[in-house]
Amino acid sequence: MTLYDDRTIQMLEAKANILRRHVIKMTYAAQSGHPGGSLSYADIITALFFKIMRFRPQEPMWEGRDKFVLSKGHAAPVYYAALAEAGYFPVDDLLSLRKLGSYLQGHPCRMKTPGVEISTGSLGQGLSVANGMGLAAKLDRRSSRIYCLLGDGELQEGQNWEAAMLASHYKLDNVTAFVDRNKMQIDGPTEQVMSLEPLVDKWKAFGWNVIEINGHDMRQILDACEKAAGVMGRPTMIIAHTIKGKGVSFMEGAVAFHGKAPNAEEYRIALRELGENI
Amino acid sequence: MKWVYTSQRKEYANALLDIGQKRTDVVVLDADLSSSTRTSEFAKKFPERFFNVGIAEQNLMGTAAGLAVSGKTVFASTFAVFATGRCWDQIRQSIAYPNSNVKIVATHAGITVGGDGASHQALEDIALMRTLPNMYVIVPADGVEAYKAVKAVAEHVGPCYVRLGRSDVPMVTAIDSPFEIGKATILREGSDVSLVSCGQMVAVCLDAAEALQEKGISAEVVNMSTVKPLDAQTLLRSVRKTGCVVTAEEHSVRSGLGSAVACVLAQHHPAPMKMVGTPDCFGESGESAELMCRYGLTADEVTSSAEEVIGRKIT
Repeated sequence: MTLYDDRTIQMLEAKANILRRHVIKMTYAAQSGHPGGSLSYADIITALFFKIMRFRPQEPMWEGRDKFVLSKGHAAPVYYAALAEAGYFPVDDLLSLRKLGSYLQGHPCRMKTPGVEISTGSLGQGLSVANGMGLAAKLDRRSSRIYCLLGDGELQEGQNWEAAMLASHYKLDNVTAFVDRNKMQIDGPTEQVMSLEPLVDKWKAFGWNVIEINGHDMRQILDACEKAAGVMGRPTMIIAHTIKGKGVSFMEGAVAFHGKAPNAEEYRIALRELGENI
Repeated sequence: MKWVYTSQRKEYANALLDIGQKRTDVVVLDADLSSSTRTSEFAKKFPERFFNVGIAEQNLMGTAAGLAVSGKTVFASTFAVFATGRCWDQIRQSIAYPNSNVKIVATHAGITVGGDGASHQALEDIALMRTLPNMYVIVPADGVEAYKAVKAVAEHVGPCYVRLGRSDVPMVTAIDSPFEIGKATILREGSDVSLVSCGQMVAVCLDAAEALQEKGISAEVVNMSTVKPLDAQTLLRSVRKTGCVVTAEEHSVRSGLGSAVACVLAQHHPAPMKMVGTPDCFGESGESAELMCRYGLTADEVTSSAEEVIGRKIT
């Protein structure tokens, strides 16, 4: 197990904070979009794009790259922010989110955005696609790893469980999935709308290696990814306990900011809380 | 007419074996119907490139998409009713929208599924697939054309839907006749009416053309094996010559081949037209031939429709 030094952790935490600021700016500029579910996995995507995954932004189709699938496509803002900060396209373009003619669509589009591996938006489909990518990597004997980010609410889509069966049946140890377990969905808490628990037991029963972490603890995220990479013959599900809207006090745990942009006042407060004065 | 019968499914299996031999990027997926769709033959020959996903059509399409965007040419097969209806959103979101290189080759399409009845008779699949951007829709007329169509879609980069039947069908095309995606072929030239069809209704139209000839009517038979992109040029050339058209398909008349043809003609060359196909209803159990009769998918129906549209021509 790699020991990450404090400097690395601090660098990643600072990067996650930058991504969070982008999310606020992008959704404010668009006056729509999904800040809550973006902020909740900002730390996870930072760990993936700035430490774990191998890729070449100048050569987006490089065969040896690791891949990321955002199954909950509505949480695109922080994905785009990570791609831009990683060098796939100019950071300035992030403010074109959801605008006519922009290559940053409301939900990820493979045909428009450099670095986006598959279009998503209709929930519950990403894990199947990630499995297909995992099968392809095995066929080609590539060491590429596939990371898939699932919302917890979207686990109510049955296709996820078809995909869960396939990944363990075909022993896809190159597939690592995260559940962004923020416990909220549009109509309220997941356990009220359609309960998901016991979630760990469910994934274990489907044959997955399951790891539970605090999804805002950078060290735990990195450690979990390393552990997943060391598991043979089984896919890994990292159940990341998170807070929807993490980092902005009035968005934390607030269903209202699932799919609502901040107004001018909220925008100023949010950025101030994230350490940026405007 | 005395016909030689061919199996579209068998030819699908043959084509897959040939393509699989030449191209290692070809991967085949099925959803527990491989012995019926005949992808089992590919599975036997190339087990490492065949994946059974179990009875899970949504996952079938998603997994196919993931393989396809990783550089594979993916064939995904199951019965037409499940291949299009059960997972339409997965096809839309994960295959058509990202332009994934997936070939959905569905078997057991249409009313001739027979005894299984309405739950298994896909009469809406052409409609479902042809509304999707990026998606091509191909309905081969016979086994020979099925073989060529499968080989052609393997060369095309982008999503395709190939519709095959369960039963053996009359051989109406020649082994050496060319097949090109998006190109209709004239199987019989005529001057009084155009009979435009796809799938096994092409044979029915050829029979109808014979019957019409005995009545002194010259019918042109157009094999519109690609429903999308539709060969508007060949269609318009034919209808400009004959002045009227009958379409015939083993599919609902709502939004199938007939609708696609009507869409072109209404905008570019309105002409008397009649659509032969199943009406706005579900099918039922029965023998294939009985069902074709019951739902009006016969040479008699095409013949009388031809006479009717000829009578509506403004002279």
